[in-house]
Amino acid sequence: MKIIVPIKQVPETSNVKMDPETGTMIRTGVEPIVNPLDLYAIEEAVRLKNQYGGEIVAVTMGPPSAHKALREAISMGCDEGILLSDKKFAGADTWSTSYVLSKAIEKIGNFDIILCGERATDGDTGQVGPGIAAWLNIPFSTYVSQISEVTETKVTVKRIVENGYQLLDVERPTLITVVKEINFPRLPTLDGKIKAKQAEIPVWGPEEITAESEHLGLKGSPTRVVKISTPKVSRDGERFSPKTDGEMEEVVDCIIRFFEEKEII
Amino acid sequence: MDYKGVWILGEQDRGKVQTVSYELLKRGKTLAEKLNVDLVAVLLGYQVSPAELESLIHYGADKVVYVDDPVFGNFLPDPYINSLTKLIDKYKPEILIASATSTGRTVAPAIAIKCHAGLTADCTGLDIEEGSRNLIQTRPAIGGNILATIKSPDHRPQMATVRPHSNQPMDPDPTRKGEVIYEKLEAKFLKSRSRQVAFIEMKEEGANIQDAEIVIAGGKGCKTEENFKMITELAKILNGAVGASREAVDLGWAKYPHQVGLSGKTVSPSMYLCAGISGAVQHLAGIKTAQNIVAINSDPDAQIFQLADIAVEADMFEFLPMLIEKLKARLNK
Ligand SMILES: Cc1cc2nc3c(=O)[nH]c(=O)nc-3n(C[C@H](O)[C@H](O)[C@H](O)COP(=O)(O)OP(=O)(O)OC[C@H]3O[C@@H](n4cnc5c(N)ncnc54)[C@H](O)[C@@H]3O)c2cc1C
Ligand SMILES: Nc1ncnc2c1ncn2[C@@H]1O[C@H](COP(=O)(O)O)[C@@H](O)[C@H]1O
Repeated sequence: MKIIVPIKQVPETSNVKMDPETGTMIRTGVEPIVNPLDLYAIEEAVRLKNQYGGEIVAVTMGPPSAHKALREAISMGCDEGILLSDKKFAGADTWSTSYVLSKAIEKIGNFDIILCGERATDGDTGQVGPGIAAWLNIPFSTYVSQISEVTETKVTVKRIVENGYQLLDVERPTLITVVKEINFPRLPTLDGKIKAKQAEIPVWGPEEITAESEHLGLKGSPTRVVKISTPKVSRDGERFSPKTDGEMEEVVDCIIRFFEEKEII
Repeated sequence: MDYKGVWILGEQDRGKVQTVSYELLKRGKTLAEKLNVDLVAVLLGYQVSPAELESLIHYGADKVVYVDDPVFGNFLPDPYINSLTKLIDKYKPEILIASATSTGRTVAPAIAIKCHAGLTADCTGLDIEEGSRNLIQTRPAIGGNILATIKSPDHRPQMATVRPHSNQPMDPDPTRKGEVIYEKLEAKFLKSRSRQVAFIEMKEEGANIQDAEIVIAGGKGCKTEENFKMITELAKILNGAVGASREAVDLGWAKYPHQVGLSGKTVSPSMYLCAGISGAVQHLAGIKTAQNIVAINSDPDAQIFQLADIAVEADMFEFLPMLIEKLKARLNK
């Protein structure tokens, strides 16, 4: 069985600092990491490989330095990594990104399952997975919390929706986006790290994947970011700093009056 | 570009039109009025009653385009995507908005690829640019740290998903008239390569934070699972739902369906009361549409206070027990 895992390198957003003057991200000191939600896709691929045999190819589109993300994937148990990197890819939105990834996946060929993260923590769209499936014209499932069975012809998945879980039989080959509930990602092993360090990472550009240039990068992206701002939130509410029990009681009464005023009690 | 009209993707569950559809109609109405075009609700379903379809008109649709087929009895991506792509090709709407539900977030990206359209996820604001008639979309990005404004000037339809429950529907007007169009599609659009074998319903008390009028939430400041029960108790007294920050969920004090914020749920209750939550941007992203906010935090600089109507700088372990006692007395509980 051949499994392909598209992964993305992202800035560690929990530590992101914003420049209040310019509204831009302060990138210095922000280490890029593998999109945390993609670790679950990698882990699931490794588990499927262990159960059913086969090979795993991790693929990423990003700057030349994104080979690090692929090496991390290899250290966790992926067999190969392919880096899609070229100036022409830069500035791609999800439409163009999923096009490039689908072309690369076509070139890799012969795949059975594609596993994506639910979404990337930087762009936070979750659009690339379904987008790849649409380009490849294969069936797909989103928000999958369990892959219960893989047979010659189908994959059985459990997807989380608003009011419960949907159990689906899906024809192969198929694309699946996974949620956090699916597993616990393993830590890289020492062996894995050595393998990762030594791995040859091929770099593919538009020619290698026979991509049409009008679909690439900023030029090939239907959406345009026209403005970036830092959200300002403020309601100018009332402020209380009760120190004594008596003061606390007054504030409690005030909240109860507020509840009455707003007719919630 | 001969694309015209504003479309919203309606959602139904077992024949019942879902609230998110009405919320989208409110968003769509503003846009349709500015553009001076029809507002259309498209709905895929099986045996949805005429009264249910009419309800979309009462909530603001000028037209309803409805496709009825057993395949829409439960959600499957293929027939949804193929039917909607076909309908877009036929009617050519200039704007299509869907809710950022599991359904909307699944079908919209695939449709965008097939229609060569720009799609913006999880918008918090939608507007029309004067002159160009372009859709102006705003959305939080990079974990809520920035707001990006996005356009798709050269592609139609312009597509966006918006967070469920990030706005209220309009008041329905039962006298409103409109047209319901029953569309028939060829069998090839209704085929599915996946099949539902079972559905397991999720039922948990106090977890429906999205539809709750009152949400009482706790964060890491609660310090222990035992202390978090104060939040649960307060919610019970007020008949409210229990919310939690991601920290509280990660620590196992509350389950994921209770998580409020960017990677959890957006809530818009009449009253949001929280204690021991710092108010990280990712958390604030989920409560901006709450009508009233009361925050209790011991840190005078806590960010949550920026958004609070009543900001109480106090130790929650002293303050909450007193609030609970007085409320119990007031409500005879
Ligand atoms: C991509 C991404 C998505 C995220 N999504 C979400 C999300 O959906 N929802 C979410 O909530 N977070 C989310 N986060 C995490 C977010 O950044 C914060 O880490 C989280 O909200 C903090 O939770 P907290 O306020 O409970 O904890 P803390 O930030 O640790 O705050 C605890 C607060 O309790 C107060 N406190 C302590 N003791 C007391 C006391 N005795 N009395 C009163 N107050 C006290 C402290 O002053 C402090 O303000 C996300 C992060 C990322 C990177
Ligand atoms: N540049 C990329 N390279 C490889 N995979 C990607 C890339 N961008 C997104 N993905 C995949 O698509 C998923 C959803 O990303 P997004 O749509 O950007 O939120 C991620 O979890 C990855 O699995």
